[in-house]
Amino acid sequence: MSAWISPLRLSRAGILGMNKRNVGYIARYNDRSAYPLVDDKLKTKLLAEDFDIKTPKLHQVVRQQHEIGHFSDMAVDLEGFAIKPSKGSGGKGITVILHRDGDQYVKASGARLPLSYLEHHLSNILAGLYSLGGKPDVALVEDLVRPAALLARYSYQGVPDIRIIVFQGYPVMAMLRLSTKASDGKANLHQGAVGVGLDIGSGWALNAVQFNRPILLHPDTGLPVSDIKIEDWDTMLLMAARCYEATGLGYIGVDLVLDETEGPLLLELNARPGLTIQMANGKGLVPRLRNIESLKRPHLLPEKRVVYAKKTFGQ
Amino acid sequence: MKQRSRYPFYISVLLLIVTGLGLAGVRHMQLGIPWFAGAKQPVWMVEARIDFEAQGDPVLVSLNVPENPPGFRVLSRQAASPGYGFSLIEDSGDLRAEWSIREADGSQTLYFNVQLTPDDTRDGDIRSTKPQPEPVFWEEPQATAVAEVLERAAAKSASPESMTRELIKLMQSSDPDQNIALLLNNANHVPLLERMLNHAGIPARVADGLKLEDARRLQPLRPFLQIHNGERWLTFHPETGQQGLPDDVLLWRQDSSSLLDVVGGQDSQVTFSMLQQTVPALQLATREGAQTGLGFLSLYELPIEEQGMFRMLLLLPLGALVVAFMRIIVGVRTSGTFMPILIAVAFVQTSLVPGLVAFLSVVAVGLMMRGYLSSLNLLLVSRISALIILVIAITTGFSIIGYQMGFNTGMTVTFFPMVILAWTIERMSILWEEDGPREVMVQGGGSLFVAVLAYLLMDMPLARHLTFNFPELHLVTFGLILLMGQYTGYKLSELRRFRPVKDFG
Repeated sequence: MSAWISPLRLSRAGILGMNKRNVGYIARYNDRSAYPLVDDKLKTKLLAEDFDIKTPKLHQVVRQQHEIGHFSDMAVDLEGFAIKPSKGSGGKGITVILHRDGDQYVKASGARLPLSYLEHHLSNILAGLYSLGGKPDVALVEDLVRPAALLARYSYQGVPDIRIIVFQGYPVMAMLRLSTKASDGKANLHQGAVGVGLDIGSGWALNAVQFNRPILLHPDTGLPVSDIKIEDWDTMLLMAARCYEATGLGYIGVDLVLDETEGPLLLELNARPGLTIQMANGKGLVPRLRNIESLKRPHLLPEKRVVYAKKTFGQ
Repeated sequence: MKQRSRYPFYISVLLLIVTGLGLAGVRHMQLGIPWFAGAKQPVWMVEARIDFEAQGDPVLVSLNVPENPPGFRVLSRQAASPGYGFSLIEDSGDLRAEWSIREADGSQTLYFNVQLTPDDTRDGDIRSTKPQPEPVFWEEPQATAVAEVLERAAAKSASPESMTRELIKLMQSSDPDQNIALLLNNANHVPLLERMLNHAGIPARVADGLKLEDARRLQPLRPFLQIHNGERWLTFHPETGQQGLPDDVLLWRQDSSSLLDVVGGQDSQVTFSMLQQTVPALQLATREGAQTGLGFLSLYELPIEEQGMFRMLLLLPLGALVVAFMRIIVGVRTSGTFMPILIAVAFVQTSLVPGLVAFLSVVAVGLMMRGYLSSLNLLLVSRISALIILVIAITTGFSIIGYQMGFNTGMTVTFFPMVILAWTIERMSILWEEDGPREVMVQGGGSLFVAVLAYLLMDMPLARHLTFNFPELHLVTFGLILLMGQYTGYKLSELRRFRPVKDFG
C-alpha cells in the first residue's frame, strides 16, 4: 500500500483539487465584490436577516477600543455567549463562554478566565490580530449556541456544525463536523475534528474521517457515527440554498448549527470552502458540479433547487 | 459566467517567452555577452614599434593603423611616445596615427598599441562600388610578356577570382616559362601581380598582414594580394593562391598607399610584437557594448551602487518562481506567502549555514520573549513594535557575543529584515497558541524549505549571471509564473492527502 495515489485515479474519482477549485470555481463563480459579505460576519448576519435565514442572536458589536468598557455591563445579563472577530477566518479568535462563576468566565474546556482576559481578547480583535491581512476589525458578542442534545452527545465539547457546499444555489455536498479532544473542542478538520459525510437526500451519515483517515467510531465519545441523522434537514438545505440569493456567490460553504431551542442557525459563510468534505463523503465533487453546470434551465426558487438536489445527489 | 477563450492567453505567454529568449539571443550575438559567467575570450595586444633617426628638425610621423580589420574587433588603440603630440586622423577610410614634435634629435622610438579580439561576424571593409583598375604602363619587352601571360591565364579562367588564382599558379610554377622568368627577373612578384591584374582590368592592391603568434617580437608584415570582384575586396595568399584570410592573420594595412611616412627623420622602420591574453568575455562585452544596438538594455550603464541593488532585485523573480512552483505544483504550506523569498534574500547575503543558524536562534529566542509579552496584555501594534525592538536587541546580542567568541557569523544576523523577523515571530506564536506546535513545525518548516530552495537557485553563479546580464530573461520567468497560474491539476501534496480515495467504493 503506497501512501500516494495516482492523479489519474483521483481524477476518475472526480476529486476536486485545490488549484481547480481556485481557478475553475472560486475565481469563476465568486464575484470579488461580494467577498466582504461573507468575510465579514456582521455583514453576513445583517444580510441573512433580510433573507429569512436565522442566525444566533447578536448582543453587542464592539467597534472601538473605548467600547470595551461597556462589555462587562452588557455581559452581566448573559448566561453564555461567544466572542467572535467579525473578519476572522478558520474559527480563529472565537472564544466561547458557557457560563459565569462569580467574577470568572468559564470556557467550554472548563478553563476559568478573568474579565481582563476577555477585554484583552476584545482589544486584540479590534487591532486586527485575527483578521485577514491584519486589518482593524470589530468584535461580535453573540448568543451561545446550545447544540441539540442528539448531536451534542457525539461531540467532545464544542458545537457540532454542518457544512453544506452550495453551488449556484444547489446544495451539492454536506458534512457534519464533530470536535474531538485532539482538535481542542474546535470543529476544525485539520486540527483533528471528525468530518462525517451527510447524504444530501436524507441527512443520514455516510462516512467519517479524522485526519483524512476513515473511522467508524468517534475517538472520544466512542459512539458509532453511522447512526447520526440530522433533524430539520430540509430546513437546513433550504437555508443553505437561500444563501445563494443573499450573496450572489456561486460557490460557497454554508456553516449551520442546530440549536436546541432555535433550530437551524446560520453561523457563517465561506467563499473558499475546503476540500476535505470529499473525504468525509467518500465522493468527489466534480461530477456533482458538472451536473449543475450542465443544467439548461436552472431552478429559480430555492425550494425547487433543494428538491432537485435531494433527488439527484441523494442515495 | 462564460469562460473566455484561453488561446489569446497562451499565445501571449508564448510571445513573452519567445521575446525574452529572442532578445537574450540577439544580445548574446550582437554584444558578445556570454551565456556563462566564466566564459573567456582571447585578446591580442599588437604593438608597432617605429624607430628612426631624427635630425634636429620638426618631425611628423604618420603610421597607417588598422581600423576595421576583417575577422577582428578592435578594442582599443593607444600610443606611447614621450614628448610627442599624438592624434588619430581619419582620412577617407584611411586611419592614421600621427605623432609630431617641434624638434627631435638622435634615435627615436614610438610605440603604437592596438588590442583586438577575434570576431567572426566582422568581415571588414566591404565596399559596394567597384573601384577603377589603376592604369598601368609597361615597356617592351615586358609589355609583350605580360600580354602573353595574361592571355594564358584568361584562357583558363572565368571570373576575376579564378583569373587571380591562375595567375598566381603560373607565377609560382617550379618551371616558369620565359615570359614569367623575364618579368620576375625585374621585380618583386607581389607588386608584379598587382600591376598585372590591374592591367587586366581587375582592381587589385597589396595589403599588409601580420601573422599572430603568442609572444613574438620583431615580426614583419607580409604582403597579401587583394582584388575587387565587383562587390567586395577578396584576399589571396600571393604564394599559394589560397583565397580568404587565415584566422591568425591580422590585416594591418588594407586601404592605404603607404604604411609609414616620416618627415624630418631617416632610417625609419616598423616592427611588430604581439601578446595573447585571455580576458573574461563579460568584461569585453561590457567594455564596449554600450554604444551599439541593444546595448542600452545593459545594467552596466548604471552607477556601481545601483548595480549592486539591481543584482539583488533581479534575483527576486527567481524566488517568486520557486514560491509559485512550490505552492501551486508541489503544495508546500508556508507561513506568509512571500516570507520565504525575504528569508532567501537574507541567506544570499549571509550564506546558508550561518544564515539558518542565525535565523532559527533569533526566532527561537524571540518566541520565548513573545511568551512573556503576551502575558502583559499589550495592544497588537505596540506588541509588534516591542517585538521589533527585541529582535534588534537579540541580533545585537548575538553579534557581540559571536564576535567576542571569535565567530564572525554572529554579525550576519543583521542582514535579516528586522520587521519581517518580528512578524514571523508574532505569526508563529499565534499559530502555536491556536493550532499547536505541529502546525508551527509544518508551516515554519515549509517556509524554511522553500526559502532554502529559493536561496539555492538564487545563489547559483549561472542564475546571478543570467538575471543581471540578460534582464530580458525575466520575461520568461514572468511567462512561466502566468502559466502556473493556469494550472488546475492536482498538487503533489494532494496525491497524498486524497490517498483514502483508494478505499472509496
